[in-house]
Amino acid sequence: MTPVLAVNHLSVTLQSGKNTKQLVKDSSFSVYPGECLGILGESGSGKSMTVKSMLGLLDRHFSATGEAFFCGKDLLKEKKETLRSLRGKDITMVLQNPMTCFDPLYRIGNQMAETFATHTNWSQKEIREESLAILDRMQIQNPKVALEKYPHQLSGGMLQRIMIGLAVALKPKLLIADEPTTAIDAITQKEILEAFLEIKNAHQTAMIFITHDLGAIAKVADRLLVMNQGEIVDEGTFSHILHHAQDRYTKLLIEKRQAVMARYQQVLGGMV
Amino acid sequence: MKQYVFKRILSTIPLLLIISFVCFVFINLIPSNPAEVALRVRQVPIITEEAIAEVEAELGLNRPFLVRYVSWLFDCLKGDFGISYVNPSRTVAGELARCLPATLQLAGASLVLVILLSIPIGFLCAVYKDGIFDQVMRALVFITTAMPPYWVGLLLMWFISIKLDLLPTSGGGSFAHLILPAFTVSLSYISTYIRLIRNNMLENMKQDYVLYANVRGLPQKVILVKHILKNSMHTCIVAIGMSIPQLISGTIVVENVFAWPGLGTLCISSIFNRDYPIIQAYVLLIGVLFVVFNLLFDLLQTVSDPRLRKEGA
Repeated sequence: MTPVLAVNHLSVTLQSGKNTKQLVKDSSFSVYPGECLGILGESGSGKSMTVKSMLGLLDRHFSATGEAFFCGKDLLKEKKETLRSLRGKDITMVLQNPMTCFDPLYRIGNQMAETFATHTNWSQKEIREESLAILDRMQIQNPKVALEKYPHQLSGGMLQRIMIGLAVALKPKLLIADEPTTAIDAITQKEILEAFLEIKNAHQTAMIFITHDLGAIAKVADRLLVMNQGEIVDEGTFSHILHHAQDRYTKLLIEKRQAVMARYQQVLGGMV
Repeated sequence: MKQYVFKRILSTIPLLLIISFVCFVFINLIPSNPAEVALRVRQVPIITEEAIAEVEAELGLNRPFLVRYVSWLFDCLKGDFGISYVNPSRTVAGELARCLPATLQLAGASLVLVILLSIPIGFLCAVYKDGIFDQVMRALVFITTAMPPYWVGLLLMWFISIKLDLLPTSGGGSFAHLILPAFTVSLSYISTYIRLIRNNMLENMKQDYVLYANVRGLPQKVILVKHILKNSMHTCIVAIGMSIPQLISGTIVVENVFAWPGLGTLCISSIFNRDYPIIQAYVLLIGVLFVVFNLLFDLLQTVSDPRLRKEGA
């Protein structure tokens, strides 16, 4: 099976003045059709950098070397314009702060419509129908009313679902979720994770799921990468990593998580 | 929303009262007797105590301070700003009305220049940050903010009118007369707004909504103009609104440099002649303009920002 995305020896460096700093070091991984790859790591470990560099979302102070093949094209060598037309259509992304990801001055309907107008030649009517269908699919009540709302009038969970809906609307080949559950409360997190599971089961979309939350990644990811300080330190299925972690950092991460869970159960047990 | 507008308008009333009082107090604190000055200006040869007392009675200066203030205030509300001390045949309202159009013309032309130049330049500086254009503009902005308008006016007059003989040095009436003073008034505002718009745009570019717009693959043009510029302009609206009364009052110096027949020239000559009613009316007018424009642009911002606007309320 050919991978949707094959990354070979990807390095990202930040140039600021005379200082250069390597943020991602020689990373290689692939994502196969229908698979969800989880990337686990703490803040600043280079998780987001890895995907942003492939999509051309970093400014000119960053430079990336290596290869990132997506459908036969090396993303790192493509023109800006080619990358732009891929983004939002073939490769889509869900970001972590739903409350700030929409322009506060435009209605949700307008911002959904501009995405479709960029990537399709649909008529106004088709765009509206598709927007309503997305909101309906993402279980937003009163889709017609929601389209007329401004971002600040909707909750974080709703905006996150709209973002997910938009990300799958154009049937992308690869969906990247960049810490989609970090900025929202626990109950909404569960709903969001369920939305991702549904997408995975229904569309067989290849996914990259970036998070620092072991619980979230355990639910959705088939395979796991662990990143620490810009390097991939461990790779395998969740249970494999849980029991046979190679790296000291991964072991630490799991130990802490287990300690937290034990304490959690102890507290819950005490309450019952 | 209606309630907010109503409250906002009501809150300006005490403010206007304070402005009128302060403006009356300060002008009446000037340590010279306007009656005496009026006599001098009217070229009365021998100024006697009796003559001064007579003029004081004529101008109402012998009444107590607060009485004068209250009667002035009520007259102002009726649109009667009194008569000129120096030239009793002229009313203050008439003098202001005579000079106001020229000043409005100058301020209006300056405002148009400010908007036409600072928005595109600020926009381009932000888009091509650290490029040649941005660096040249930043240097120019730095220099021009530090140059006082009267000096800029004299420099322009010397270079463009005298050396190159392109435009008239002073006076009013034609479009050619307008160019130099309008440019002089607007120069420092242009610099300020180039910097404001550039910084606002750069600040907005770091926001999540721009990243998400990029993630959705929107074309750069749409992101820059529809999203970033509009959001940046939004924070500039109030600043630009507040600049309008500043432009009108700021013409005072430039008008004198270019002998532009507007309010500024009138005000300066009234100050020399101790013509209190005109100075009072001028200061009051500018104060009222500040309050009114502040109110207008506050309301405008409330209406144009969906986060401040209370939908359906």
